[in-house]
Amino acid sequence: MSAAKKKKHNTEEYLRMYTQMVRIRAFEDNANQLYLSAKMPGLTHMYSGQEAVAVGICEALTPEDKITSTHRGHGHCVAKGAHFKEMFCELLGKEEGYCRGKGGSMHIADQANGNLGANAIVGGSMGIATGSALTAKRLGTGHVTVCFFGDGATAQGLWYEVMNMAALWKLPVIYACENNGYSEYTRTEEIAAGSLTARAEAFGIESFKVDGQDVLAVNKLAGELAARCRKGEGPFFLELDTYRYHGHHVGDINRDYYRAKDEETEWKSARDPITNFGKWLIDQKIMTADELVAIDNEIAADAEAAVKYALDAKYPDVREVDMHVYADTAA
Amino acid sequence: MTREITLSRAVNEAIAEEMRRDPSIILLGEDVAEAGTPFKVLSGLVEEFGTDRIIDTPISEPGFMGIAVGAAMTGLRPIVDLMFGDFLYLVMDQLCNQAAKTHYMSGGKLNVPLVLRTNMGATRRSAAQHSQSLQALVAHIPGLKVAMPSSAYEAKGLMKTAIRDNNPVVIFEDKLMYNDKAPVPEEEYLIPFGQAHIKREGRDVTLVATSSMVQVAEAAADTLSREGISAEIIDPRTIVPLDEETILRSVRKTSRAIVIDEGHQSYGVTAEIAARISEKAFYHLDAPVIRMGAMDVPVPFSPALEDITVPNAAGVADNARKICRGELIHAA
Ligand SMILES: Cc1ncc(C[n+]2csc(CCOP(=O)(O)OP(=O)(O)O)c2C)c(N)n1
Ligand SMILES: [Mg+2]
Repeated sequence: MSAAKKKKHNTEEYLRMYTQMVRIRAFEDNANQLYLSAKMPGLTHMYSGQEAVAVGICEALTPEDKITSTHRGHGHCVAKGAHFKEMFCELLGKEEGYCRGKGGSMHIADQANGNLGANAIVGGSMGIATGSALTAKRLGTGHVTVCFFGDGATAQGLWYEVMNMAALWKLPVIYACENNGYSEYTRTEEIAAGSLTARAEAFGIESFKVDGQDVLAVNKLAGELAARCRKGEGPFFLELDTYRYHGHHVGDINRDYYRAKDEETEWKSARDPITNFGKWLIDQKIMTADELVAIDNEIAADAEAAVKYALDAKYPDVREVDMHVYADTAA
Repeated sequence: MTREITLSRAVNEAIAEEMRRDPSIILLGEDVAEAGTPFKVLSGLVEEFGTDRIIDTPISEPGFMGIAVGAAMTGLRPIVDLMFGDFLYLVMDQLCNQAAKTHYMSGGKLNVPLVLRTNMGATRRSAAQHSQSLQALVAHIPGLKVAMPSSAYEAKGLMKTAIRDNNPVVIFEDKLMYNDKAPVPEEEYLIPFGQAHIKREGRDVTLVATSSMVQVAEAAADTLSREGISAEIIDPRTIVPLDEETILRSVRKTSRAIVIDEGHQSYGVTAEIAARISEKAFYHLDAPVIRMGAMDVPVPFSPALEDITVPNAAGVADNARKICRGELIHAA
């Protein structure tokens, strides 16, 4: 590839990464507002602050590659290619939502883009992701599965069972632990003994630690590991250092008792994945500040329009309540 | 002296009083210490009893459940806090294969005095994995006792009895009722297991209702009384052991029964109680016994769908009216 062509190619990728991160932030800001203005049923968990993880990884995947997501799943969903409209409709329990309103925030799934679904059981998707990798291997599809989970989920025994099998059977799965320093109202040090990477290494699984606020670093590593998975060199484990900006869920507002304000300010001001990547794009003369602002504004308008659409959309007909309990089986 | 306190406060008081009385009691679960659980039910306990007795665990439900079983077998009296009833599936082996059977399998030599406190109840818009009412699942297993408090008063009295019981006891609190207040005596009291409470006396129809369904039954009974139908409400308080006598006595008097519980209707708590009534009071019945449980669907997220999955007062009143008028309601 000529230097000029390569530069152009990379520029498109960079732009997509920037755009996708801003889209996640915009989605979450609107979701938070919906909660605060009592327009959203139930609670939801904000992904803000962790955007570089979902985007860095999902930009290294094809639409056919699979992911499994968590209770903090909007970021993964957007990053894997979902649309605002169907997502907001799902959050509001509307018929046009990705799950026809049956799932809501914690169960949002987007089959068409390879998102096998969020999960309200911590660690609940670890088996699913590993099973998806078994399918890929058995059918020779060449697809990779990324299993997203939090630091808290590493306490689930299921992870150790499936890592053992994934390693024995050389499955194309990447376990991606988003270590945001907390599980609910408890610091990670208080719930995790020893080292997380060492745990995966005990199964002979190659493991990496990466700065989860650096979208380029995440993307580069994820790209390499996905390629190696396709060659039969998986599984892998990735620990990504990151931070959640909001409370554990939108209702967790007074949180000084477990997390200092200063710490939050520090991460937001010095390590914001979007601000820092934006600066880099400007420094590298890939984009101008004005161009970035234009992108931000366009996305903000998109999100707002999608929210408005979803608020006006209709609820599912009550007759749908007992639809989809069982799948049809062809005679 | 009696004052009004919330169900949440009642649970907190019961645990605190018992922990003061018996140093062998420990409590373990996720975010139970400083955070006092996400529902804030246990706030203040760690300040009084310290982190040696109020123990924060990692998110390892089968692990800390198993530890509680072992600790119970060897001299402690653990209270396990399971944040959502839906997580019962994770602890099933330790609860049902280990805790429930140990006393029996050891020929009565080993005891497992532990309390598993968890919750139930839909309509919080928490979707399919945070809204289930799984009491039937554990009530099915011999060796486990199951309590379902219907107000702050029951929550306190049943919790204290559970803690002193030498068997594994599962307590389901309705998470929508944590802030509901009820009169609770200042003085100590316990509510024995297997003793139903006649919440309201009536002549025409018996409403057997568990947990928050007692409120639903009361609202239905109010409506019915304006129409001249007198409903008796029985709250079993524990479904294992079940106070069959009180239920049967009521049905023999009223000749009609509706059983209401928030678990799924099929193979559920309502089915069990209805079957016992049919078997043991058959010749007193003027109408088929009606079961009213949650719809047999995973709990949907959308408010438009979720609300119609659980029994409500209008539905109970409707069924009561029909059986009192002798209408066949199972034709459809
Ligand atoms: C099996 C199970 N146990 C407990 C919970 C309650 N819960 C929901 S999120 C959470 C903390 C998860 O922490 P982590 O895995 O680090 O993810 P994060 O919230 O930080 O993204 C807990 C304890 C649950 N949903 N599932
Ligand atoms: Mg975390």
